[in-house]
Amino acid sequence: MSKTYMINGDAAAFSPRRANDKVVFKGFNLWYGDNHVLKDVNAAIKSNIVTAFMGPSGCGKSTLLRSIDRMNDIIPSCRTTGDVYIDRRNIYDTDEDVYTLRKTVGMVFQKPNPFPMSIYDNIAYGPRLHKTASGDELDKIVEESLRGAALWDEVKDRLRMNAFGLSGGQQQRLCIARALSINPEIILMDEPCSALDPIATMKIEALMRELKERYTVVLVTHNLQQAARVSEMTAFMYLGEIIEFGATRDVFENPRNGLTENYITGRFG
Amino acid sequence: MNEVQKEKLVRALLYAAVALSIVMLPIIVVWVTANGVGAISLEFLTGRPYRFEYGGIYPQIVGSLYLVSLCTLLGGPLGIASAIYLAEYAPDNVVTRTVRFFTETLAGMPSIVIGLFGLQFLVYYLKLKTSLLAGAVSLSFLMLPWTIRASEEAIKVVPREYREASLAMGATKWQTILRVVLPAAVPGIVTGVLLGMGKAIGETAVVWLTAGSGLEAFVPRTLRSPTGSLPMYIYLLATQGHTAEGLQNAFGASLVLLVMFMAMSVSALLIRNHYLRKLGP
Amino acid sequence: MRTGDMVSRILFLCASLSAVIVFLITAFLLQEGIKVLTPGFLFGMTWSPHRELFGIFPTIVGTLGVVVGAVVIATVIGIPSSIFLSEFSPFWVRNIIKSSVEVIVGIPSVVIGFFGLTVLVPFIRDHVGGRGESILAGWIVLAFMILPNLITIAEDSLRAVPRSYREASLALGATKWQTVRNVVLPSASSGIRAALVLGVGRAMGETMAVLMVVGNPETPWIPTGILDRVRMLTSTIAIEFSYAEWGSTHQHALFAIGVVLFFMVAALNFIATFVIRRRNIQ
Repeated sequence: MSKTYMINGDAAAFSPRRANDKVVFKGFNLWYGDNHVLKDVNAAIKSNIVTAFMGPSGCGKSTLLRSIDRMNDIIPSCRTTGDVYIDRRNIYDTDEDVYTLRKTVGMVFQKPNPFPMSIYDNIAYGPRLHKTASGDELDKIVEESLRGAALWDEVKDRLRMNAFGLSGGQQQRLCIARALSINPEIILMDEPCSALDPIATMKIEALMRELKERYTVVLVTHNLQQAARVSEMTAFMYLGEIIEFGATRDVFENPRNGLTENYITGRFG
Repeated sequence: MNEVQKEKLVRALLYAAVALSIVMLPIIVVWVTANGVGAISLEFLTGRPYRFEYGGIYPQIVGSLYLVSLCTLLGGPLGIASAIYLAEYAPDNVVTRTVRFFTETLAGMPSIVIGLFGLQFLVYYLKLKTSLLAGAVSLSFLMLPWTIRASEEAIKVVPREYREASLAMGATKWQTILRVVLPAAVPGIVTGVLLGMGKAIGETAVVWLTAGSGLEAFVPRTLRSPTGSLPMYIYLLATQGHTAEGLQNAFGASLVLLVMFMAMSVSALLIRNHYLRKLGP
Repeated sequence: MRTGDMVSRILFLCASLSAVIVFLITAFLLQEGIKVLTPGFLFGMTWSPHRELFGIFPTIVGTLGVVVGAVVIATVIGIPSSIFLSEFSPFWVRNIIKSSVEVIVGIPSVVIGFFGLTVLVPFIRDHVGGRGESILAGWIVLAFMILPNLITIAEDSLRAVPRSYREASLALGATKWQTVRNVVLPSASSGIRAALVLGVGRAMGETMAVLMVVGNPETPWIPTGILDRVRMLTSTIAIEFSYAEWGSTHQHALFAIGVVLFFMVAALNFIATFVIRRRNIQ
């Protein structure tokens, strides 16, 4: 009674050993107060692929994701030991500037969260903030970002419209476009489709496959089928630890760990 | 009488209570309008008071407007800044709780006490004399806690998701506040400030002690000149006038004051209702 | 980021301004009034500035008489109103009434006093008795003025009661009114009590409207009936400051009244805050 998963075409041909490391966790631990949420995480996320993190609720996958752009820092009781390297730079070094870091890493949240502004202003927010462009250049960036998120054709005639006029799926693609506007190298996606209908989900999954050409995509999902569909590498987490991490086809077709197998076959979730 | 009948009776009584609560508003509006309309004329609105009970109220209208504008200029930004601090930056410690406690205390202060303080501190100690400046500053003491409360509410209501999205793009806390939180909170803040202005324009006790006798026949020339105001004018004519014309003028001034007050309050509520729909899905 | 630190520091200074102002008020008032604050002042029966007699006991009694009566009236009308708004009214009705209440709060008190003086006072004089200017007039005027605040705070407390309590009661077969009386009201009781205390504070601080309708006799006496004329603490200050000589005992006495008012109102606010806090701890 085992489930079969559709592994995507690129993943079938993927070989971890031949890819470059983009984000590397070394002995990384995280506490919220006394709660030891991430335990001795060692993992290498490769560049220009989609890496999925899956696991039951509370396993720490979202926390791990947010450690990459240090969004956990916002919570006062957060404490970490160990290192996280992006391109061999330790982002948890004391003199690292968290604001520059966040310009390199874009984030898309579970529930679409556009600003209460026009579509144009939403995308322009990042470049205006960091003063990277203005005037015509800004128009160009907005267009490119919207194209990159496969949203341009749908909204090009109503850029001045309020973002809340869009459907849920469109709003999420808007948030993706907004993340693209600051020209990041890494895109983090925290269960981006959980608030969306199946058709919108399909569009965003297709988008992920396009995005990996130019960016490194890290995905957190509670949907096993999604992980199998879109990622080249998958990590399975349980209670704050990475139990298994490898090429998606290996993890799904030949899991090495009993826990992983139980999770994949649906014995718990 | 069974429970269902009791319920109906109770509902009827509650309706009656509510009706009583708000009935005075239309009564006063109608009463002031009916009695005051007769006094309104171009001469009344542009003339100056003379011999106490006669003449027009132009200096009083201008005086009230000056007082309220100046007081808002002083108290508005300060109140908003305080609210930003309390809503976004203040840690949960003794110092913060003390600041909040004092803000609440100031909010509950009787206006006559504020007037007394204004008299003592501004008029005498700082030698500002009974003046537009002293009156406006005293009014701003009164306005400050209202502005803080309304602005803090408006800022707190802005959803957390906006802040997260901004921070995730590399913005600092202050950039997030300036570019996302405040713009979203502006309608609520404007509503609060307008409501405060409405209250300030009708404020008598404070201006009585600090701004001028009320029956000034001239528009204040400088910040240090004493200034008339509509509330003082109304009070003096209502309590010490003995002619029919004086009474009529008091009604006229009341109507003008009421109109100005309603304009500010109603526009405040309209703004809030309009933007309440825009904020978020 | 350095700008962030500086910003937070500047904002903190702004926020502490309220504290500074309150502190200054206390300091200045005390400085001026402390010399006069004696038991003879607080319990003295005669207030007669030209005879250098400054006893405010009748004024205190007069103030309390008007305030307590007004609060009772406001409670009788206001609490049921707040119950209606919170429990029995459809959304749009509640919106309209709450907005009206917000407007009523700000109506210039001098206009209300004007109404009281020209309509209420003659009415009382012709149909009830006395001079018209009376405690009774003060009750009506003041009750109307504190109603909006009372209703707002009480209604907030009622709405803060979790919906699950109501649902549980209704699921057991209770009517809406039974639910309100037996479940919602008790839950909200500390908030409502706080609303009442704050209402008293607000009433004590009201100056203009009551001033115009309670009579303000030259030498106030302890009132014996609701048609008596009285003086209020607030109005005494307002009326007399303009002819009190600068630096005279008379002026100090007026400041002393200010001090008394300040502390009474501050104490009431303090009580209200702690009454509310007890609910949160529970």
